[in-house]
Amino acid sequence: MTMEAPIVLVPISLQVNGEPVEAQVLPRLNLADFLREHLSLTGTHVGCEHGVCGACTVRVNGDIVRSCLMLAVQTHRASVETIEGLSDSGEIADLQASFRQRNALQCGYCTPGMLMTAQDLLKQHPEAGREQIREHLSGNYCRCTGYQAIVDAVEATARTRMERPS
Amino acid sequence: MKASAFSYARATSVANALDLLAAHGDSAKVLSGGQSLMPAMNLRLINPELLVDIGDLAELRGIVLRGDVLRIGALTRHVDLLQSPEIAAHAPLLTEAIGHVAHPAIRNRGTIGGSLAHADPASELPACMLALKATIIVRGQPGERRIAAGDFFTGIYETALSPQELLVAVEVPVARKDSTHFFHEFARRHGDYAIVGAAAQAVVRDGVFADLRIAFFAVGDRPLLAKVAARLVDVAITPVILAEASAALGEELDPQEDQQASAAMRRHLAGVLLVRGVSALLGRPDLSGAPA
Amino acid sequence: MTTAATHSERLSVLDRPNSYIGKTVPRPNIERLVQGRGLYVSDMVLPRMVQVVYLRSPHAHARIIEIDTVAAKQVPGVIAVVTGKELSAVITPWVGVLSHMKGLKSAPQHAIAIDHVCWQGEAVAAIVATSRAVAEDAAELVAVEYEELEAVTDMRTALDPGTPVIHASLGDNLAFERHLDAGAVDQAFAGSDEVVEADFVFGRHTGVTLEPRAVVADWSAAEARLTIYQGTQAPHMVQNIAALHLGLQDSQVRVVCKDVGGSFGIKVHVYADEMATYALSKLLRRPVKYVADRVESFNTDIHARDHLCRGRIGVKRDGTITAFEIDDLTGIGPYSMYPRTSAIEANQVVNLVGGPYVAKNYRARTRVVFQNKNVMCQYRGVGHPVACSVTEGLVDLAAAKIGMDPVEIRRRNLVPDDAYPCASPSGLKFELLSHHAALNRLMAMMDYDGLRAEQAALRKKNIHRGIGIASFIEITNPSAAFYGVGGARISSQDGVAVRMDATGAAICQTSITEQGQGSESLTAQIVGSVLGVPMERVRVILGDTDNTPYGGGTWASRGAGIGGEAALQAAKALRSNILDVAAAILQSTPAELDIVNNAIVNAGDGSTRIELSELARIVYFRPDTLPPGIQPELMATRHFVPRDYPFAFTNGIQASWLEVDTDTGFVKLLKHWVVEDCGTIINPQLVDEQIRGGVVQGLGAALFEKCIYDERGQLTNANMADYLVPMSGEMPDIDIGHVVSPTAETELGAKGAGEAGTAGAAAAVANAVNDALRPFGATITEIPLTPQTILTALRRI
Repeated sequence: MTMEAPIVLVPISLQVNGEPVEAQVLPRLNLADFLREHLSLTGTHVGCEHGVCGACTVRVNGDIVRSCLMLAVQTHRASVETIEGLSDSGEIADLQASFRQRNALQCGYCTPGMLMTAQDLLKQHPEAGREQIREHLSGNYCRCTGYQAIVDAVEATARTRMERPS
Repeated sequence: MKASAFSYARATSVANALDLLAAHGDSAKVLSGGQSLMPAMNLRLINPELLVDIGDLAELRGIVLRGDVLRIGALTRHVDLLQSPEIAAHAPLLTEAIGHVAHPAIRNRGTIGGSLAHADPASELPACMLALKATIIVRGQPGERRIAAGDFFTGIYETALSPQELLVAVEVPVARKDSTHFFHEFARRHGDYAIVGAAAQAVVRDGVFADLRIAFFAVGDRPLLAKVAARLVDVAITPVILAEASAALGEELDPQEDQQASAAMRRHLAGVLLVRGVSALLGRPDLSGAPA
Repeated sequence: MTTAATHSERLSVLDRPNSYIGKTVPRPNIERLVQGRGLYVSDMVLPRMVQVVYLRSPHAHARIIEIDTVAAKQVPGVIAVVTGKELSAVITPWVGVLSHMKGLKSAPQHAIAIDHVCWQGEAVAAIVATSRAVAEDAAELVAVEYEELEAVTDMRTALDPGTPVIHASLGDNLAFERHLDAGAVDQAFAGSDEVVEADFVFGRHTGVTLEPRAVVADWSAAEARLTIYQGTQAPHMVQNIAALHLGLQDSQVRVVCKDVGGSFGIKVHVYADEMATYALSKLLRRPVKYVADRVESFNTDIHARDHLCRGRIGVKRDGTITAFEIDDLTGIGPYSMYPRTSAIEANQVVNLVGGPYVAKNYRARTRVVFQNKNVMCQYRGVGHPVACSVTEGLVDLAAAKIGMDPVEIRRRNLVPDDAYPCASPSGLKFELLSHHAALNRLMAMMDYDGLRAEQAALRKKNIHRGIGIASFIEITNPSAAFYGVGGARISSQDGVAVRMDATGAAICQTSITEQGQGSESLTAQIVGSVLGVPMERVRVILGDTDNTPYGGGTWASRGAGIGGEAALQAAKALRSNILDVAAAILQSTPAELDIVNNAIVNAGDGSTRIELSELARIVYFRPDTLPPGIQPELMATRHFVPRDYPFAFTNGIQASWLEVDTDTGFVKLLKHWVVEDCGTIINPQLVDEQIRGGVVQGLGAALFEKCIYDERGQLTNANMADYLVPMSGEMPDIDIGHVVSPTAETELGAKGAGEAGTAGAAAAVANAVNDALRPFGATITEIPLTPQTILTALRRI
């Protein structure tokens, strides 16, 4: 005999792009859908929903994660950052400018996840070279560019940041 | 592609988690990093009625060196292993292996406990546990069990863990000062599951193996510690000896056929890995066909 | 860069001060995309919108006995559960044929299957609910009783008498057949020193757009009007098809295309589930949203390329290619796709084989058969990768047979650069190509001789690298010859309207669409250059049938060449109108004036006469001050369609440099080069990025991608973990060079560049792998070149 557990809304309290958010969510709601459908933060894109394509990459407590592989209930007391937050704070303005300059996107659907992942690399390994960039981005699918422009843009940003006195 | 409805419990302690698992039996699933569980649930391949989220259990986190044993909490994430100086110093095989596990965003959530309990025969960490002679520690309401890695993996996604038990930690013996390691896998793309992989831990003295443990993965329903390694210990390795060992390895394996590779190809690639692994461990490129 | 032709008249329009033509400038629409603030259909929410999920057949071939929807309808949140039979009251079936594909046949296809399912993944019921998750819950409760039928899966036996016929009304499983016999093929083979033959095998691929297909259909019962928000490449085509089958006038349907998460030809078709979604909105009188999930994408987005092609080539000792012959077979799934049909790819293969070469003797047969797999249709490159791989594979085999360098045999057989205009054996008309200039440029870029030396040195160290070369031709700027002549209401012309607003800024409406290629940018570049206003002052509107001129859209590498020319002509007309008004205001003549940097200037000395903003103020707010009889027209519209040539052919050449691990069968791509000639280059960066992206799709085909079906017609790798797309870790850097041979058919001179990369990449890789394996006597003519395939060829397993 097993007990039946009732399916109830779960209260969660978190920070999203620095703003406090209180919500009641069904356990099955994943973070990507929570951001897109409950908070209208549609910059987080959904490409495969099984953790392979990287389009839904966001930051949770500073770490990049696949938001399709995380439940909204797991973000209770966490800090979530999306492309909208990173854009508005100016944190990745140089990286975005580099993407723009190098045309490192065509349809733009992979771009938010790609920027999240690239910024993660540049924070951890500011000196990253092309091979390391390719490796770090290897979980983010782009069908349009063939990747070279993205690698160029990330490499250019890395170089500029290294030259900039901190 | 949305998961079926389920209820959710955030465990407050290991005891609380065990209570929940005892009460709900097979219909409950433990949620750790979720990096294998969530895809399966999104695809509705599995539909648990209850998820027991152990993510808040701080007691399951962390890497501690106790004498000559590293104790790694089940909730230790892949990225924690990758960045840990203790792991780099005392179990460098793991540091190297983690670089082959999926991608950074997955490694930021996936945990060692989750990976071992999931027991995907193509994944890296179970094979490392075999090569490192690790002990898996599981807890149930009756108490704790310590299971040798070699006894833990019992089949495809199957382990010695019962649905009422929680994997709480692994213990890895500290690598000896004179030991060396090898890790490599053949995957179609960076971060993909391996077609064949190998994790090895060895002690080499005067160009001869004093000890060699080499575990293969994606070559059967569970990771396999190659028996053939025994033939290579305490002998001067020649290309002929190595070729014989490589052929004998094929006999030991019972690989599955899938879209990536036939059984014959897996046997062949395992043989190549054995040759390359031994060559790397001994620092002898001549053994792997490179011109001397 | 080599300029094969110059044109003084052309220079007068495009080579103006501050011209954007030929310049790399960032795309105007890119900022919202880098901030994650685009608007894709999957992001859209409308009041009262509901979600539809399609229950799909688990069988490749079955009869539907009964569908029980009672339990599903009781799930809280479910709005409706609709079967094919119920939906057929609102929407009529269609047959995907075109009259110029002689003999092409297909069966009526319904938006939702009624009693016969023909592939695993065909929709059998629609479940409409307040959320996708609830609809999926309810879908599990729809009980469908099937009688499973024998599935036709192997194209090689689809025409055998013992194989079941999928559509009884058609009599057999043959959809289309074409024969071509040019020159004296038998004689040519008989006179050859060597004849080489090989079977070329191509995997089934699909486009894997990162945003799955998505549509929001919004029927307004009050206005009797349907608004379709869809990421389509051809809005007017969708408008026409939706209207036709819903019993509406075209004017009752508006198609709006916002940001699109990748297309590549996947989104140029009209899919059954999209039609069903339009119909459901009409039936339920509310907005209905459908977003395919990734598994549905693999099972229903069109597939392509699944060809078996036997090829023969005849060659003389001196390297002269005497003849080509192919026997091609392809399986297209159970229906010819609507409305572009599924015979086009095979037809293109017949047209294109041997295309770059002078040999005049060519015989071809293709057969297109039905099978119980997902539908196949046009995907980036349509037929080009198949034709190029067969041709270039044969040329390399011939070269190897007579012991000639692969570059040398091409030099001796490529159509000379001074031979134009000319035609191919299959009747393709070439205006001006540049095969030899491209080959020479490629040799210099890649240091061919240096690489050969490196290859030889490394072989001694048991390192096996290969060089592969592939010349190609590409069909771009299609005229009505593609679809219109066959009776399809798919426009081959495009229109552009340009106006000047009351501040002197330009607003431009174009019928081509944007999916990231840069349509918006190239339009703004052309309009800004001609009008003399900076790009920031040019706003481009596209993707809305209510708000753009009528036109074809963006597909078949036509946006820049056709839509760009329409933009050029419209901007010229507006410029002329502006100068007329300026001359009246300034008591001058249009010939004495020019527009530069937002101002009317003296053509002679460039001195400013009046700002455009001031001119616009006078025109719009103080027309009373204009001389009598002047009625300014600060808006102009022009349309364009190519008429002289059915297609503007482009050409190019690619090279691959790679390493094969002969112990493991793994291939490492080291470098890739492309030289192509798309005529006038509007934005070099955008052209290069189209080529790079296209190359990588071809590299995916060469090494990774394949839809794997089992013998029962089940797609066994319908997810992104098992269908392997190219990722950044395995892709090489790609160097690109250009030769410029503008088409004289337009003032702009631009031809298409969108498919050049895909056309030749796989051929170059396959030739490189075979080059690397030559010391082992192994030759592979099958893609993808998996480690398993390579080890098998090396007899290592």
